[in-house]
Amino acid sequence: MSKKKNRDFNLILGSILTAVTTIPALIGLLWTPFDPHSMDNSLKLAHASFMHPFGCDNFGRDLLSRVMVGSATTLLIGLGTVMIGVIIGTFIGALTGYYGGLVDDIFMRFNDVMFSFPSLLLALVFVAIMGSGKMQLLFALGVAFIPSYVRIVRAEYVRARNMDYVKSAKLAGASDMRIMFVHILPNIFKILLNSVLIGFNNAVLAEAGLSFLGIGVQPPDASLGRMLSDAQTYLFNRPGLAVVPGVTLITMVLGISLIGKSKTVSGK
Amino acid sequence: MKRSKKLLVSALVLMLTVALCGCGGDKAGDGETITVGIPQDIEESLDPHTALAAGTREILFNIYEGLVKPNSNGDLVPAVASEYSIDDEGKTYTFTLRDGITFHDGKAVTVEDIKASIERCADAESGEPLVAAFSNIESVTAPDDKHVVITLSSADTGFLSNMTTAIIPAEYITGAVSDPVGTGPYMFISRSPQENIILKRYDGYWGEKAYIANVTFKIISNPDTIVMNLEGGAIDMFPRVTSAQAAQLSDKFAIEEGTMNLVQALYLNNAVAPFDDVRVRQALCYAIDPKEIMDYAFDGRGSEIGSSMFPSFGKYFMPELNDTYNQDIEKAKALLAEAGYADGFKFTIKVPSNYTQHVDTAQVLKEEYKAIGVDAEIELIEWNSWLSDVYSGREFEATVIGVDASTLSPRALLGRFVSDAGNNFVNFNSKEYDEAYSAALASTDDAKQTEYYKQCEEILAKEAANVYIQDPAELVAINKKFTGYEFYPLYAQDISKIRPAK
Amino acid sequence: MTGIVKKIIGSILTIAVVACLVFIAFAVIPGDPAVAKLGTQATPERLAALRETMGLNKSVPARFVEWIAGVVRGDFGSSYSYSMPVTKLISDKLPVTVILTLYSFVLMIVVSVPLAIVAARHENSAIDRVIQILSQVTMSVPPFFGGIIITLIFGLWLHLFAPGGYVSYTIDPVRFLTYMLWPALAIALPKGAMAFSLLYGGLTTERRKDYARTAYSRGNSTKDVFYKHLLKNACIPVITFFGMALADMIAGSIVIEQVFGIPGLGRILLISIQNRDYPVVEAIIVCIAVLVIVSNLLVDILYGVIDPRIVSGDE
Repeated sequence: MSKKKNRDFNLILGSILTAVTTIPALIGLLWTPFDPHSMDNSLKLAHASFMHPFGCDNFGRDLLSRVMVGSATTLLIGLGTVMIGVIIGTFIGALTGYYGGLVDDIFMRFNDVMFSFPSLLLALVFVAIMGSGKMQLLFALGVAFIPSYVRIVRAEYVRARNMDYVKSAKLAGASDMRIMFVHILPNIFKILLNSVLIGFNNAVLAEAGLSFLGIGVQPPDASLGRMLSDAQTYLFNRPGLAVVPGVTLITMVLGISLIGKSKTVSGK
Repeated sequence: MKRSKKLLVSALVLMLTVALCGCGGDKAGDGETITVGIPQDIEESLDPHTALAAGTREILFNIYEGLVKPNSNGDLVPAVASEYSIDDEGKTYTFTLRDGITFHDGKAVTVEDIKASIERCADAESGEPLVAAFSNIESVTAPDDKHVVITLSSADTGFLSNMTTAIIPAEYITGAVSDPVGTGPYMFISRSPQENIILKRYDGYWGEKAYIANVTFKIISNPDTIVMNLEGGAIDMFPRVTSAQAAQLSDKFAIEEGTMNLVQALYLNNAVAPFDDVRVRQALCYAIDPKEIMDYAFDGRGSEIGSSMFPSFGKYFMPELNDTYNQDIEKAKALLAEAGYADGFKFTIKVPSNYTQHVDTAQVLKEEYKAIGVDAEIELIEWNSWLSDVYSGREFEATVIGVDASTLSPRALLGRFVSDAGNNFVNFNSKEYDEAYSAALASTDDAKQTEYYKQCEEILAKEAANVYIQDPAELVAINKKFTGYEFYPLYAQDISKIRPAK
Repeated sequence: MTGIVKKIIGSILTIAVVACLVFIAFAVIPGDPAVAKLGTQATPERLAALRETMGLNKSVPARFVEWIAGVVRGDFGSSYSYSMPVTKLISDKLPVTVILTLYSFVLMIVVSVPLAIVAARHENSAIDRVIQILSQVTMSVPPFFGGIIITLIFGLWLHLFAPGGYVSYTIDPVRFLTYMLWPALAIALPKGAMAFSLLYGGLTTERRKDYARTAYSRGNSTKDVFYKHLLKNACIPVITFFGMALADMIAGSIVIEQVFGIPGLGRILLISIQNRDYPVVEAIIVCIAVLVIVSNLLVDILYGVIDPRIVSGDE
């Protein structure tokens, strides 16, 4: 913000941090140095070594491999959540914002109630209804994030519907659907992008939080939240088991929020 | 405005000082109070006759007593009764009420209370009696106000082990008293759901009084924080830590080593496919190596078992059954292929999340089953859900749990596998077994009876009713401020024996 | 004034809507809680008896009316897994969560406001940069990881507190409050960092505006301008954030309770969700909704105090 130089410092640093965490995660989807689930009794709580740069956990599983797979899980759930939220949120926001009227009023009252609820809690309620597990978690978080996107998108559509370019498109006989998704949508893209980044971060943190509570990803599958929870037993003697996934999580979130703050993306 | 800034700063300083001063408030080491961590909340009613969970019973052990109670050697010693006699046939049991024994509310125990307690547990009106063995009771009479006579319909020399059933006030049964009241060394003070249960020494106790005046059982539902709680001084003792947890503890703690007296197994729902096929169950048994589980989750501790019986039961335990299924991947695969599952299958293991040792075991099992192409999915569930869904509702495919013996009779372990037993949660169904079991019950000759019980164990092993693993090692972490912890051959935490170290 | 009345009525309506939604959500879930509770011990007579004590023998609309009538009186029925009134079950735990949330809120303000002022007054100095970087990193620390780190450093290494050594406020309020400092800190730090960055942004932007320059040029002292004008204007967006942060902190406390072993509303909620003890879940959600909505209302009213134009204008 206060940086006056031409170079977009936030974007550069943000991209680097994001890359540092996401690239190993993406690799982890295809390949890990060791099988993240295979146990080895001789390596129980092993310290860092050349073969196992982060050491091993209480089952002798390679921590690096588990962090790679764990961040991938966290990343994918975060992405899925944002996708559900953005797609459904944009659709509802566009319709209610563009048409307005009574339906809009009712929807917005409902939406505001949902919005004022912390998304973590909303997700908990959905988990209460649907049961716990990876897919349920994805769905619960996705639904919990819809209201925030509805709010943003609707506000933009309310503004856009009185703008000249929309009016002229109407006069030219374009259908409502076309106006909504071909004319207006690209114009709010930038605003949406920013809220997607913020939303992604919130989703990552919410996933980690719920898995930490034991409601999301189930063992032996790795997720950053789950690993943090397991690491508490060994906190005193092997703080690394908590620090590695914890720092990974922070780096991931920090990187993306820096990108969101950068001049290029925020436009400031 | 400047003032407000100062105010903020001083508020911050104040808060920090308060925090820093408060931290000296380590618990007073006067030995008058002990805090014991437990992995789950106990059942709501604190009713000793209806409690299902071993975790509830081990706490109630301090509050309630039966006519007799087990000591740490596994012998039955007189408790509410001061003495007892059994006729030669094993049909009539006569108990003498202990002089001057009182309930925690100060009222004297009467023969009416004893009669009411036993009759309540024998009542078969709503299906099965609360204590299954009590279906054998023909009558309970009190010839005078000092004696109670129990007559059985058929002779049973092993019946005494059931007389550990808690004696509670008759008014409790009629609903007139709702606070848990017993005759044990500790009395119930209060409970706060999901927080704690508080007991206090009962000074009117008939026997040797407890050393420590106040006991708090603190519920630690998140097992990942057990070590922190111990190290930080929030709890003084935690029964059943895992060896990994024990290894994390500093030398402030002593680790007492005993055995859990549990049949830990991968319990299979014998009624659902594919576990209704004995070959599949056997394949699952061949695929695993209990030693490996002990190595990972218990640092090699624990004793292998091959059926629903553990070593503390002495003559009933059959070590030879441990070798019924030695790990043999090829054989397991062949059996699966024979059963039509050449490509393996997928199933879900439900595990209560508060028991680290079972969760860890399930993780090792999952790895082992990969070798035969079977995909085991782990689902962690809350303890109460386990009780209602898995144990009572029998809605599960497989679960890892340890089953305890509520009494020192082999019946407590074997009775649940009779086809129509109310607690046969794995739906085991074998005519041969039912016959052997009823033969054991009917037999009055001890050697004969033991033979029949052993036959039952063999059937369970042969039919691979469950994937038997081990009787896990029990590691009790206890602060060195205390000493005197005693192990029992059944699931109990006897706090009354613990005393301050100096 | 009418603006505030309107807001209050709106809030009450919202609470009513939440209560209805919550009831409906849990009424449509398949499965009979009575069957689940009895399991294999279920005989038709026992089931019928239990359904009656659980109040499940009535139709859904009848139960709904009964439930709403109860809620208005503060009665949420009986817990399934604990045979005690839900109100009794949660009334001890509610203060724990409320105090933890308020504690975190105060800490957040105490940490963020002075730092923002210091940093903004020394814009572009070394101290500003250091605080900037720290806040950026702190912002990204999820409370539960913050809690683990606090436990490790202050609990296990420095022995400033006993991890898990929670003492109920009914037993010893002072030890309760000293223990709660640490979880409150874990919740407050990331939120405080966000508040800092908002307030800082506001202050530095306001400073460049014309009125501030005019004030300076008129010879008012820097401090005067800063505290009289800039701070007040910069506060307005921050207050919106405070409102949202308060709601988030309630959610955050649920997770943090698990790290620090605090038996508050969060633990009961988690366990009740997993046990499908719906009356308890419903009650806790309604309670939290009330907390959230009331805090939003307070923020709105606070707006009115700072800037009277906002409440009277349309939304």
